[in-house]
Amino acid sequence: MFQLETRPVPSATMRLLSPLIAALLMLASGFVLFTLLGQPALKAFYVFFVQPLTTLYGVGEWLLKATPLLLCSLGLLIAYRANVWNIGAEGQLVMGAIAGGGVALAFPDVSASWLMPAMLVAGVAGGMAWAALPALLRTRFHTNEILVSLMLVYVAGLGLRFLVNGPWRDPEGFNFPQSRMFHEAAILPLLHPEMRVTVAGVLALMLVGLIWLFLSKSWLGFRLTVAGQAPAAARYAGFGERRNVWIAMLISGGFAGLAGVAEVAGPLGQLQPSVSPGYGFAAIIVAFVGRLNPLGALLASLLMSLLYLGGETAQMELGLPAAITGLFQGLLLFYLLAADLFIHYRVRRSERAPAAVLKEATR
Amino acid sequence: MNAPPPAARLSLRGISKRYPSVIANDAIDLDIAPGEIHAVLGENGAGKSTLMKIIYGVTRPDAGEIVWEGRKLAISSPSMARELGIGMVFQHFSLFETLTVAENIALSIDRPQAELHDEIREVSTRYGLPLDPARLVHSLSVGERQRVEIVRCLLQKPRLLIMDEPTSVLTPQAVQQLFATLRRLAGEGCSILYISHKLDEIRALCERATVLRGGRVSGEADPRLESNDSLARMMIGGELPACTLNPQAPGELRLALNGLSLTSDDPFGTALQDVSLAVHGGEIVGIAGISGNGQQELLAALSGEKKLARADGLSLRGVAAGKLGPSARRALGLGLGFVPEERLGRGAVPEMSLADNALLTGATRAGMLKGPWIQRSKVREFAREVIARFKVKAPDEDALAQSLSGGNLQKFIIGREVMLAPEVMVVAQPTWGVDVGAAMLIRNALIDMRNRGVAVLVISEELDELFMICDRIAVLADGRLSPAIATADASVELIGRWMSGDFSEKDSHVPA
Repeated sequence: MFQLETRPVPSATMRLLSPLIAALLMLASGFVLFTLLGQPALKAFYVFFVQPLTTLYGVGEWLLKATPLLLCSLGLLIAYRANVWNIGAEGQLVMGAIAGGGVALAFPDVSASWLMPAMLVAGVAGGMAWAALPALLRTRFHTNEILVSLMLVYVAGLGLRFLVNGPWRDPEGFNFPQSRMFHEAAILPLLHPEMRVTVAGVLALMLVGLIWLFLSKSWLGFRLTVAGQAPAAARYAGFGERRNVWIAMLISGGFAGLAGVAEVAGPLGQLQPSVSPGYGFAAIIVAFVGRLNPLGALLASLLMSLLYLGGETAQMELGLPAAITGLFQGLLLFYLLAADLFIHYRVRRSERAPAAVLKEATR
Repeated sequence: MNAPPPAARLSLRGISKRYPSVIANDAIDLDIAPGEIHAVLGENGAGKSTLMKIIYGVTRPDAGEIVWEGRKLAISSPSMARELGIGMVFQHFSLFETLTVAENIALSIDRPQAELHDEIREVSTRYGLPLDPARLVHSLSVGERQRVEIVRCLLQKPRLLIMDEPTSVLTPQAVQQLFATLRRLAGEGCSILYISHKLDEIRALCERATVLRGGRVSGEADPRLESNDSLARMMIGGELPACTLNPQAPGELRLALNGLSLTSDDPFGTALQDVSLAVHGGEIVGIAGISGNGQQELLAALSGEKKLARADGLSLRGVAAGKLGPSARRALGLGLGFVPEERLGRGAVPEMSLADNALLTGATRAGMLKGPWIQRSKVREFAREVIARFKVKAPDEDALAQSLSGGNLQKFIIGREVMLAPEVMVVAQPTWGVDVGAAMLIRNALIDMRNRGVAVLVISEELDELFMICDRIAVLADGRLSPAIATADASVELIGRWMSGDFSEKDSHVPA
């Protein structure tokens, strides 16, 4: 007989171990999955997790995809710590891309050094503005920010499609629904000529440090964390709930917007009907796998990025369906939530149920 | 040790129950005769509630045996306990507020409602517990709700009735009424297990007492032959400590409520009606009354968690503060300190360290910030000082708030607020669930603040406590506040009558 019992104190070890256990279980499930699909599992693993990183270009791609994941998850982890459930980072990313890309398209002849900062600021502002809607609706009308921010993802996506099909379509683009390519001053510099990753990767890395400082050392970060862990204590201490919602939403929206503008001003170089393969959603998983901790988010975004890459090589080399990436992402989150149970509970072996002991005494 | 009576209704032998972090019951023996009123006495955390839950089938013991009317058996569920003839009235009621009395009772007794109506009337009048079966529960006072719970048990003709701290929600007059009912029940042969930590009540009501301390039986006695001191010695293993209040002249007006009326956010809460109160520096004013009479609303209005419609509804040191939030009221000019009744989750963040919990309210007042940044060393230093000065039992300032016992956490929270040197201190239920030693430390800390000229307002359900530490006492009943009278002029009877909402002073000798 096994039974779960509450731990007197939540286990700090399990809190750290849980993502590792989840990753191992994900791999084990992948092993079974590959075998069932008729693939030699070890080769599939190699193709999925190792081969993408064997070339310099591949490493560049790895970092390239990790960048928007990291940026989005850095903002989201602050919101989640504050108990504000922004699910719409994907939409805020798209709005950031539209706003930042809009600046590039509006000044096609400007090659001055202010253009790129202006684009980044516009991108951040675009993401913030999109996140401000759920914040406003929640603080004014008590709507649920999960639903509102999620639904706004689709609004943003349709808005982008309208723009690239209509007003912003490249007149010389053979009628393809995309904007003209950005000029050189509107493109972020590359880190290395053989890789596509841009300086946005370095920016994201610096922001990891900034967020870490914000959460562990700043008064505002502390207040957001209190609001998330114990809302009544936050009210008691006088940390206004509305303010917390606004700050959490704006920070997470701003980071997603930054990720969006960095995508269009980086690898894409133009606005397209789709600017993200779901980075904003995957970043939710990244934030949780990273334990809502900025350093954790860094590691988790690298893992998640590898899943994207591996999914692509697996499609090409092994002819597996594209859904394989989403499947691994889902497995990872699923196992993480399961393993998290053991932070607060432990398994105890009860030799015999207490009732049985009593019944025996009755005889 | 008494030999077990020949025909005990219930005998417990060596009952033990352990939880992950504590042994709640350790080899407990207990015998109850038919028609006996038997007290189980002990401090909070002594294991009383666990033992009762075992008897009522809510919890199963790890070891030991239960003998019911001569038969060894395992009580596996509350419904089995009820079938055996065991009834229990819990400290916290389980009633649906939107249903009538009869509907609530019908939920646990399977009989047609029409029949029940008559039976409820009959049983309630026979035992002096008048009750209208058609009334909705939310319109009942707390004392009436308890009657519903008792009548519900009586309808099942129990042979053993367990009462878990029944008087904590009653006015002194209602306590006398309850005792009459219980004596009558006992006279008819029903055994009663009466759980309490109030020594006077036990000496007035019970024939035998089993005293628990730290999960073990620390003594058995006939409480009628014992004194409060001798019972307390068994209960806490030492003398009852004392505190003294030396008379002193009150100073300037520090806290004033001016005709405050406030609706409650809770649909079944109590609206405040025209509440006026003045607290001066150097005095402790107590607000007595049973929870649910507007205490929560009043506290939220005082702390700033609920802002008032009018700024002058509340003034702190002469400043109209009704529209200010909690941190503005806490700031230097106004200097409000506040200890809420819920410790985990409101007064402290459970999963944060004591140091972080010191930061919670201390940040601005104790200079723990430098611009937007937290100065960790100052936070730690402050937390260490609270721990040392208030004898908080914790390994260090990194201990999580939730790892502390209720009493220790309360010492920490009160210590934190005291060390922020407030000008006005509002404390709710200062010693709820706190052991006797810690309670005295807390009370003395409050008296010490008063002696230093701080205006102290204490809201408590414990009348004994208020009489011990207050200069003046007022009563909050049904959202209205009585006048505050000098403690020396107040009697338990007068306060008791006020608690039922009748604020006249007809048979007291105090001029109006």
